[in-house]
Amino acid sequence: MSDGVATAVSRPDTPASTRKDWVSDQEVRWCPGCGDFTILAAMQTLLAEMGARRESTVFVSGIGCSSRFPYYMNTYGIHSIHGRAPAFATGLAVARPDLDVWVITGDGDALSIGGNHLIHTLRRNVNINIILFNNQIYGLTKGQFSPTSEVGKVTKSTPYGSLDTPFNPVSLALGAEATFVARTHDMDRKHMMEVLRQAYDHRGTSFVEIYQNCNVYNDGAFNDITSKDRRADYLIPLVHGEPIRYGKDGEFGVSRGEDGMLHLVKVADVGEDALLIHDMSLDNPSQAFELSRLARGPHEPTPIGVFRSVDCPEYGYEVARQLAEVEGRKGIGDLSALLRSSGTWVVE
Amino acid sequence: MTLTTTSKNVKEVNQVVVRFAGDSGDGMQLTGSRFTAVTSLVPNDTATLPDYPAEIRAPAGTLAGVSSFQLHFSDHDILTPGDKPDVLVAMNPAALKAHLSMVKSGGIILVNSDSFDERSLGKAGYGSNPLDDGTVKPYRVYEIPMTKLTLEACKSVGVKPRDAERSKNFFALGLLSWMYTRPVQPTIDWIEERFASNEMVKEANLRSYKAGYNFGETAEIFEARYEVAPSRFESGTYTNVPGNTALAWGLVVASRLAKMPLFLGSYPITPASDILHELAKLKNFGVRTFQAEDEIAGAGSALGAAYGGCLGVTTTSGPGIDLKAETIGLAAHLELPMVIVDIQRVGPSTGIPTKTEQADLLAVVHGRHGESPVPVVAAMSPGHAFDAAIEACRIAIEYRTPVYLLSDGYVANSSEPWRLPDLDALPAIDPHFLDTPNHVDDQGNASYWPYVRDPDTFARQWAIPGTPGLEHRMGGLEHADGSGNVAYDTLNHEKMTQLRQAKLDAISKSIPLLAVDDPDGLGGAEVLAVSWGSTYPAVLAGVRRTRKRGLKVAMVHLVHLNPFPSNLGEILGRYRKIIVPEINMGQLWTLIRARYLVDAESISKVQGIPFKAAEIESAILDALDKRRVARS
Repeated sequence: MSDGVATAVSRPDTPASTRKDWVSDQEVRWCPGCGDFTILAAMQTLLAEMGARRESTVFVSGIGCSSRFPYYMNTYGIHSIHGRAPAFATGLAVARPDLDVWVITGDGDALSIGGNHLIHTLRRNVNINIILFNNQIYGLTKGQFSPTSEVGKVTKSTPYGSLDTPFNPVSLALGAEATFVARTHDMDRKHMMEVLRQAYDHRGTSFVEIYQNCNVYNDGAFNDITSKDRRADYLIPLVHGEPIRYGKDGEFGVSRGEDGMLHLVKVADVGEDALLIHDMSLDNPSQAFELSRLARGPHEPTPIGVFRSVDCPEYGYEVARQLAEVEGRKGIGDLSALLRSSGTWVVE
Repeated sequence: MTLTTTSKNVKEVNQVVVRFAGDSGDGMQLTGSRFTAVTSLVPNDTATLPDYPAEIRAPAGTLAGVSSFQLHFSDHDILTPGDKPDVLVAMNPAALKAHLSMVKSGGIILVNSDSFDERSLGKAGYGSNPLDDGTVKPYRVYEIPMTKLTLEACKSVGVKPRDAERSKNFFALGLLSWMYTRPVQPTIDWIEERFASNEMVKEANLRSYKAGYNFGETAEIFEARYEVAPSRFESGTYTNVPGNTALAWGLVVASRLAKMPLFLGSYPITPASDILHELAKLKNFGVRTFQAEDEIAGAGSALGAAYGGCLGVTTTSGPGIDLKAETIGLAAHLELPMVIVDIQRVGPSTGIPTKTEQADLLAVVHGRHGESPVPVVAAMSPGHAFDAAIEACRIAIEYRTPVYLLSDGYVANSSEPWRLPDLDALPAIDPHFLDTPNHVDDQGNASYWPYVRDPDTFARQWAIPGTPGLEHRMGGLEHADGSGNVAYDTLNHEKMTQLRQAKLDAISKSIPLLAVDDPDGLGGAEVLAVSWGSTYPAVLAGVRRTRKRGLKVAMVHLVHLNPFPSNLGEILGRYRKIIVPEINMGQLWTLIRARYLVDAESISKVQGIPFKAAEIESAILDALDKRRVARS
């Protein structure tokens, strides 16, 4: 699906590894049937395939079901504070540009308590891969509505229905001008691995929303998109360079209407030439944002794939460049001279 | 050029307290720090107290907008910025009104008489002109038309009158330099360098400065000039920098001593921002500064960098420590090194951002959920902020723990002559990064366990990402000692809680024993004064005054507030009377009473300013009088 996009970079001197090498000795404690298992297996398989190095890989998480993820990866890992994983990961990635830093987060962790860190990490374009497991519910605290739950959600904390308008994580990331923004789901491991692969290869912050089923507190939230029988009519695949179309026979598509807006159309009505060609490399994030607004929730036809992937200066690299530049100009700092820089006098 | 001085009678004095006061746009901080700089060159001993409003430009001419800078200089060792000014320079009526009551009776007041018009008098809340109505009668007042004289001096420079007027602080500086026989050339050189990019401003400032100096020389209004003979200093190279600068340099030096790159995660806040500013300049020292989106991210990024093997530091003031608390708890739980700098200011809430207080002590010792012991080190003076920073980093790195470094608004912004340390003599700090496995499992596989400890210090063996074969997981969930695996069993939690406390307690073994300053030998004095942080100079000055009265007074100063030095309890037990002066409601007092069950007395002041020596002197006298009453 990734025409024109960098795929796996083979790294020299990397010992071959298999999925097993990336599995930690800890017992996985998610509920049986949880969507998180698929994501864990996909990640372990992908990193082995990509030739990543275990010692250079760090998983950082916040709090929530998804945030247990680092315990299960045989890499370096930190299970940190609710919402703060992007802040921790930013310090780590800026201090250690040699590392591959992943942030594993959920809809509550990333978008509620940690919303501020998320948007600022995205705007800075720090070299971190942020994987947001969106299950539209608070699972670990046993079932309250989350910032991505649909309006009217009946939960323990909203017995008469929730009143909050939800965030669309992809729109939010694009609003912060994230340089890599994608959405995938937990029922298509191949697609997920391809998206994660591109996220891994992207320089700067990658943001991947994964529709993830919570089979205990919000079962079936994404059934329209993920179930085999409905997927064709609800999942709009985004393929770079291809016309955007969906439906069993590709009979539907996305087209820009005379009003200047994007619309879902029948291909028969508008003709194939009127379909929008997906271009994830557009510098201006507006069209990607429009695509993210096509569905008001996962019960409507929803684009899945890479919305945006552009090259921009990476923050940690820029920090290192500035350090080198100043050192080149002034020379390596001399402590003795520093202490004398405000003028001195000598007492004999 | 050289400025000539000839005629007037020069009187020798031992010490002088000068306070410059004006509108916050009048450049009083600049004037004060320049006067301090040249005074240091004499060399006289100096101690300063800058005081300015929180607003960048508070309403001009009002009392709220007054900014001041007090300097105490002498021919002998002094400690405090002085209780009462001998000389007040008042650039407007508000400055006079705000500071007049503090001036010594019979003291000198230099006013810019041009600013005493009806409108300015009104803004300052004067119904009549204090220069005419007897208000200033107890003082020696010199009315000098500084604005007019400055404009006159700048006439041929070509600068607009409004801009020329802004040079009047240099007129005042020139006049004071004449009056106190300060060296002239260093200020001329400084003006030329500082304003090199703006020829007109440079020229206006130079001319105003010289005009002020020459005014003193030629105007027949001053009876005398004053001279303060050089103070005797220990031999060495000296500089004069504010505490925040010294603290920033201490962090850089610690980073070199530990060979760990410095990473500062920080969010701007008064009065801590100057540390961020200073470190942001030092990129060629390998310093990474990260201006975070908030206080939490400042701490979080510092901890992330620390996890990667950097010296992770976050700087803040009062409100910021509330927000950082959760991250510090995680650092204590993970056992990762990190330094949190708190430049205390008046609280609670936003409080008074530019005024000083010591009221965060209990918050940094106890202010986290759960049992979360964190070491605390406090700077006692601007120069000591350098040493305290290195000490905080040493404890953090060697014991793998977050450490609080306390300073306050007073230490941060004031300055004193600081003898530069011998950098080569500073001991290295060794992080002892582990690069080989420290555990073998039942099957004979080598691996790394993150919580294997040194039996004496309880410090854990530390491996950082990038080390092959030592991959491991850590987190905020309670874990087993050794393996670090998540562990929910309750007895393990008790063991881990005790271990974390034992590690904190073990730090006291690496802290030098406290030395008591008691001329009569340990336990000899009638009263012991305990100081911490920036109360040090005032307490020592107060103690010296009471000793001059023939009283037996001892003093002890605490740099380490958690854990306490191991002999503190023994020392406290030797004195029947103990006073603890603090710029809070008695926080150290609470801690030492709780810990050592001693009947200490709290001396509390919360006015946003340091203690005066006289206040300590009087507290000691009171303490001793009370004892006599109790006996009779």
